[in-house]
Amino acid sequence: MSLLKATKDAVSPGGKYGVSKSESRDPIGLAVLALNKLAQSELIDRIGLRRQTEKGVFTVTRSGFRAAGAASRAFARRGKKDVAGVRVPSANNTGIFDLTPSEDEQMLVDVVSDFAAEVLRPAAAEANEACAAPGELLAASLEIGLPILGVPESLGGISEERSAMAGTLVAEALAKGDMGLAVAALAPGSVATALSLWGTDQQQATYLPEFTGDAVPAAALALNEPKVLFDVLDPQTTAVKEGAGFVLNGTKSLVVRAAEAELFVVGARLNGANVLFLVESGTEGVSIEADPAMGVRAASLATLRLENVKVAAEAVLGATDGSTYLECVRLSRLAWCALAVGTGQAVLDYVSTYVNERQAFGEPISHRQAVAFMVADIAIELQAMRLLTYRAASRAAQGKEFSREVALARKACADKGMKIGLDGVQLLGGHGFVKEHPVERWYRDLRAIGLMEGGVLV
Amino acid sequence: MINLETPKKHRQLIDQAHQVAMNMLRPISRKYDQAEHAYPKELDMLAAMIDGLADSGASEGAGATGVRRDDKADEKGVKNGANLASVQSVAEMCWGDTGLTLSMPRQGLGNSAIASVANDEQLKRFEGTWASMAITEPSMGSDSAALTTTAVRDGDEYVLNGEKIFVTSGERSDSVVVWASLDKSLGRAAIKSFVVTKGTPGMKVERLEHKLGIRASDTAVITFTDCRVPAENLLGSPEIDVKQGFAGAMATFDNTRPLVAAMAVGCARAALDLTRGLLEEAGVEIDYDRPAQVQSAAAAKFLQLESDWEGGRLLTLQAAWMADNRQPNSLEASMAKAKAGRVGSDVTLSCVELAASVGYSETELLEKWSRDSKILDIFEGTQQIQQLIVARRVLGLSSAELK
Repeated sequence: MSLLKATKDAVSPGGKYGVSKSESRDPIGLAVLALNKLAQSELIDRIGLRRQTEKGVFTVTRSGFRAAGAASRAFARRGKKDVAGVRVPSANNTGIFDLTPSEDEQMLVDVVSDFAAEVLRPAAAEANEACAAPGELLAASLEIGLPILGVPESLGGISEERSAMAGTLVAEALAKGDMGLAVAALAPGSVATALSLWGTDQQQATYLPEFTGDAVPAAALALNEPKVLFDVLDPQTTAVKEGAGFVLNGTKSLVVRAAEAELFVVGARLNGANVLFLVESGTEGVSIEADPAMGVRAASLATLRLENVKVAAEAVLGATDGSTYLECVRLSRLAWCALAVGTGQAVLDYVSTYVNERQAFGEPISHRQAVAFMVADIAIELQAMRLLTYRAASRAAQGKEFSREVALARKACADKGMKIGLDGVQLLGGHGFVKEHPVERWYRDLRAIGLMEGGVLV
Repeated sequence: MINLETPKKHRQLIDQAHQVAMNMLRPISRKYDQAEHAYPKELDMLAAMIDGLADSGASEGAGATGVRRDDKADEKGVKNGANLASVQSVAEMCWGDTGLTLSMPRQGLGNSAIASVANDEQLKRFEGTWASMAITEPSMGSDSAALTTTAVRDGDEYVLNGEKIFVTSGERSDSVVVWASLDKSLGRAAIKSFVVTKGTPGMKVERLEHKLGIRASDTAVITFTDCRVPAENLLGSPEIDVKQGFAGAMATFDNTRPLVAAMAVGCARAALDLTRGLLEEAGVEIDYDRPAQVQSAAAAKFLQLESDWEGGRLLTLQAAWMADNRQPNSLEASMAKAKAGRVGSDVTLSCVELAASVGYSETELLEKWSRDSKILDIFEGTQQIQQLIVARRVLGLSSAELK
């Protein structure tokens, strides 16, 4: 019986190449499989029967590339470990319904919008292919202050009060340039913001100077895991108390710039509660495997593996009762909503110009209701997404409960955002399907919103 | 500073409206749905109370006349005024009952039209009237250029001739704001609105419609046969400005569309609130932190509905806020109406499905709300008209280019 089963398993097509386990091969299928093996054989290449195809670059394909985490700099321990860090106050509640950004926020948006239009957008296509953000671009993003947006003024940042709203506006403006590059640029600042929100005096004194200095480290917030129906509130990564510290085991997926990151904020289950841990990349047991995805490719997404990774007791970031982790999840979803709004705006602007210029049947296709109404719906749903996101952000900034608001924003940004990406391609027809136009990239990027956990936060 | 919470100064008003909706409208909601065309006498007392609140200033200027744009010198800072107060209180009232809200004495759409375009003298003269709105004709709905009712100047009067349908509160109101053309050859620019008081000879309420929903609200057919109206009852300027065209008459819509959007928001929230409770009783809790796809299908559906609904609500608040702050809001008003209108239908109809036979039966109000909501995606400009307006604005196209 077991021999029969083994044979069956060997010829069963399921479990790889995207084939469901319910499939089976008949004799013709087996013949085709054999033919395919032959077609892939290097023999026919050696005898010159076929032109050698170019080998993929290791960062772009996932073919077995695996390495230890980047050698992290020496983060010198400073500060007091059992003392809460510096906290900025919540934003004031004026009690007035208002959709006007503050002067400071508007200034930030203006600067970031220029950066997005002049630097991000032109670099986007190439960064998508390379699965990496250009170094000069990331350096420029430091100059405009992205990493210190959420860091208190007294610690070298620019935040005088809770900056969730400003962060939302900035993420939106950046994503209008390109979502992948926006994520790559925002990731270190997200970790700096997390340290500002929840770090102890020691954690802030140890890590934040690196983020406010000239050589900002790559850093990443790792919450996602490679699991079907993944529920971020039920992570499989575990932390177990051992001696004075903890041992971490698990796998984190879609981690932003993981190969170069020097510091990770990792979500893990500890005693039945979800907890954030600071893990330096050089720690033994940390390894990285490139894992490019459908979109957001410029963010160099990779898998982070943790095998018996030992961290000190003071690696815990925030509360151990699950509350910090939950707040982190919500703030991260909020950031992804903002990114969806920015990319959605890019789609709307692009298709509006296109449908007015593209001629068919003797007039611009925008003169047809079938086309014009699709554009109208993009505009309507996009503005709804924006207002939902702003409401959640302003509540977060004011220190109000925002669980419901961020859930509603995320639902809209995931569903309607994807529809916007879909219609963006459709409105360009075949031209939308080719890489000459950016709408196919936005389509791929917008798929991320409903499934992304971690990576960035505001 | 960006803040999308209910304004502090409007909270009391909204709480009051909610109590009125719950304790006055809900108990008689089914009664007047079944007794179509019966006059809801309970509303007289309520209207008197609302007038009292308005006089005391406690209503923050909310109501059908709250849509008037003041031309007072710019106050410093951001304003939360009568437009915002109006959409929020109308939503609360429609949470109670949409048909009854539409039947509220002195809160007709005609009152909004007067508030929007009347000069100060007219505003004073028509104070306290209950005005309904007569635009649609048997052969003309969204296409106002096809309007056939005429107004011909004769001495100090205009002589009106034509037939109007779908006049909300047409029988119960004290007066009707009628759209008529001064010169059909000049197209939309010649369309003006006239206040015709009840009892004017030549004006006749012909019949009342039997409808799918908002049955508490009477919908009349009114004919005008050589109906003589004082010249000073023409709202706005009698000049036909071909350049400015239709803008005068359309200004009303920029102001009233957010109100209708608010009605859809209120009606849909009634369905959401009840369905949430019914689902909880059935053991379905909505978890805002877990991904929708790991929750039950009912919870996931509810999250989608609530998200869509909140989007419609915020678009509505945005349009009203812009009006309060004297920003042009045509685009945003149409966005709000389009989104809230379709969300109103989706939410109420989906809630019936979620509640199964409990939702479909007349023992609950879910089936009623899903009938009431349909009109909100039709009157004051259908879904398709809103999309046309949004598309033209976004794409920078004229009505000749995007028909």
